[in-house]
Amino acid sequence: MITAERKPLEEIIACVAPFRKVLLVGCNECVTVCAAGGRKEVGLLASGLHMALLQQGKSVEIREHTLERQCDPEYVEELNSLIDGADAVLSMACGCGVQTIAGRYKDKPVFPAVNTKFMGASERQGVWAERCQGCGNCLLGQTGGICPIARCAKRLMNGPCGGSTKGSCEIDPDTDCAWQLIWDRLKALGLTENYVEMIPAKDWRTSIGNGPRKIIREDLAE
Amino acid sequence: MENFEPVIVAFCCHYCAYTAADMAGTQRLTYPSNVKIIRVPCSCKVDALHLVKAFEKGADGVYVAGCLKGDCHFNNGNDRAASRVAYVKKYLEELGIESERLAMFRMSAGMGFQFAQTAKDMTEKIRELGPSPINVAKAQLKGEAA
Repeated sequence: MITAERKPLEEIIACVAPFRKVLLVGCNECVTVCAAGGRKEVGLLASGLHMALLQQGKSVEIREHTLERQCDPEYVEELNSLIDGADAVLSMACGCGVQTIAGRYKDKPVFPAVNTKFMGASERQGVWAERCQGCGNCLLGQTGGICPIARCAKRLMNGPCGGSTKGSCEIDPDTDCAWQLIWDRLKALGLTENYVEMIPAKDWRTSIGNGPRKIIREDLAE
Repeated sequence: MENFEPVIVAFCCHYCAYTAADMAGTQRLTYPSNVKIIRVPCSCKVDALHLVKAFEKGADGVYVAGCLKGDCHFNNGNDRAASRVAYVKKYLEELGIESERLAMFRMSAGMGFQFAQTAKDMTEKIRELGPSPINVAKAQLKGEAA
């Protein structure tokens, strides 16, 4: 899922304070799962903004709405009946959701209320960790299902650096060394020959190295 | 300020604090009427939104009363409630509301005296803190409008 964290309230207030009516829009997908921008977080932020602005002697009308999926234009259409009553939109979705609203309602200022962080998985209740950087050319089959691009601080492709100590990364003892994890897993699978095989220099053109990416499925595209 | 009577919302677990309030009544113990009790099936039923909304709607203080450590009827609901209260305390600070206005207490169903004492202590603490900044801001806004 795409993970996110709410921005500091002060930063959000600075965005919405000049407006009288604000439409606060959440998303029922990734940001709901990582407890950053779902219906509940929309309620908490609306309540918080109301109280914080009240103390500054300002009164901003905040209308709450949570869409099924904010990065999908057909769901964003739901806002048609609400958008005219708003001077600005505050979005609690990831950057994709914010941009979908900004693209649909060109005359409305749109502000993000969360910082989009990374593509991650849930490690345990309340803990999400980065697992994928969307490089566009997946290597997980060679590396025992552990990604050296998302989980190694140096994105090394052929074994650990000299900073790997007792299974931890030199940047932080609480961060696992991705290559230690890969080695342990390859050993457990009896696939250590994968480790010896050199992975060639990564071609980053499949990642962000070649500009913004797009997928076109001709059988589906209209 | 002198006539300030705080409004305090107490979310009480059905299995402990709510029964302790009953026990306080049976023991003829008095506690301040400032405390408005809301019964919940477990302290972890209380969501962050309930706590924040209570302040938005005019509470000067809020507390959650759950079971003693290890005694939750649903295993660890009381610990979850305590984590949630700690989380909301930080949010309140961000909002400019003193975090002492929110608290978590633990007690058993037989602790009638402790229930009454907690209600008294919390009322005194909030009385000392004065009206919540939200209520002050609302009053100012009303005064300006008049």
